Amino acid sequence: MDHFPLNWGRPRNDGLDLYGTYPITQRPNHAPKDAFSAGIQHTQQPIVTGTSVLAIKFKDGIMMAADNLASYGSLARFRDIQRLHPVGAHTVIGASGDMSDFQYIQSILDELMIDEFAAHDGHTLGPAEVHNYLSELMYARRSKMDPLWNSLLVGGFKDGKRFLAFVDLLGTTYSASTLATGYGAHIAQPLLRRAVEGNEDTLTEDEARKIIQQSMQVLFYRDARSLDKYQIATITAAGVHISESLKLETSWSFAEGIRGYGAQTQ
Amino acid sequence: MTSIGTGYDLSASTYSPDGRIFQVEYANKAVENSGTAIGLKVKDGVVLAVEKLVHSKLLVPGANRRIQTVDRHIGLATAGLPADGRTVASRARDEAANHRDVYRSPPTLKTIADRLGHFVQMYTLYSSVRPFGISTILGAVDKDGPALYVIEPSGVFFGYHGAAVGKGRQLAKTELEKLKLSELTAREAVMEAARIIYLVHEDAKEKEFELEMSWIGPESNGQHVAVPKDLFDAAEASAREALVSELE
Repeated sequence: MDHFPLNWGRPRNDGLDLYGTYPITQRPNHAPKDAFSAGIQHTQQPIVTGTSVLAIKFKDGIMMAADNLASYGSLARFRDIQRLHPVGAHTVIGASGDMSDFQYIQSILDELMIDEFAAHDGHTLGPAEVHNYLSELMYARRSKMDPLWNSLLVGGFKDGKRFLAFVDLLGTTYSASTLATGYGAHIAQPLLRRAVEGNEDTLTEDEARKIIQQSMQVLFYRDARSLDKYQIATITAAGVHISESLKLETSWSFAEGIRGYGAQTQ
Repeated sequence: MTSIGTGYDLSASTYSPDGRIFQVEYANKAVENSGTAIGLKVKDGVVLAVEKLVHSKLLVPGANRRIQTVDRHIGLATAGLPADGRTVASRARDEAANHRDVYRSPPTLKTIADRLGHFVQMYTLYSSVRPFGISTILGAVDKDGPALYVIEPSGVFFGYHGAAVGKGRQLAKTELEKLKLSELTAREAVMEAARIIYLVHEDAKEKEFELEMSWIGPESNGQHVAVPKDLFDAAEASAREALVSELE
């Protein structure tokens, strides 16, 4: 049986099957085959991508940020994409890398959370469980030579404890009080460390917001795949809150004097 | 039941000469022996309630739940063989997950009831299987608002405003008919549901029972969850009170 109506109920070929010994469904099929689509295909590169995600610990929980851009190569293709995704009531994941793989991960986690909800056993999955699930998922997929092309940050707050950890397309995991993916791991991470390390238990939400905002601003100046529209997620004892899109304040007056930057007047 | 013992009741794949399938009718008997389950579809939600007969004092309270969750917004209560109830609930969860997988949207209760109806009907067709010994009440608040369906062992399913299955269904149905279901809120419906379960239990003079109640409505955020403890206790207390005042 195939999905081409023209092949259904084809007259029997008496040369091959004179007495109709084959059931219709088992007759040899001589239709042309598409060898490429029939073969196994693996992801070999990301297509539509998101850039850095930043996250830090602060006094009351975790703060995470990512801009709203999904690039198609160097083209700023989709400019209103949310890359911070709540999972249950205690967790947020932030994704850089392939956005279609991220959407797939979202649907897998949604199904997982529904299963847990339906079990109705008095337990809910927290950030640690979600992070471990993702690490198993990412490692299983890289072992199939078909990775989900993302770097993910998992942040959360449950039972009075903060949680912040990283997992990438290889299944690598680590944890720290400041984390950044992609370009941000080079540009923003040193800034975040200087501001946060040692101060995790004293930083207020406003201070944390300022640190995140400054780092996002530096990234927008330096990262050619970034956008000045971004969102901030805060996860505290009160639960998950993801902000509306925010606009970065930037100044480009310094560019006036740089030859080759703007409109040139010779 | 004069035709019993004539040999036409051994297989679900054989009709009797007058066009009945006895195995399906026996399955209905299994439902009639079970504690009552009711469902109320009201203005802003759905309430499910079950009279769970406790056959042993050694059981942990709350064991062997008969109300189960299918999806965030869909719940189900069964009357009949408890193990069959779990099979159908498991299938219902699979169907809901499949619907989300294919259509990337939460299923309506109508589509779930339709698919489950087909599933249950398949078990009336072959001599190698027995029909499900349960009637299932499905409740949800979906994009079309509150919905309530009942699936019988034959596989037929109908939509209802109020539904009752199991031992005390006759009395429960008369009580449900007295209510103005489309004007009640979910909170009021919880009180009525508890009252009806206590009433039909008293009528049958059965052994011990546990009341199980769940709801889907604005106060549960459109999710199918157990009725919160304070409301549950209030409903149970006023149900007991109503019984006492009726006896006097």
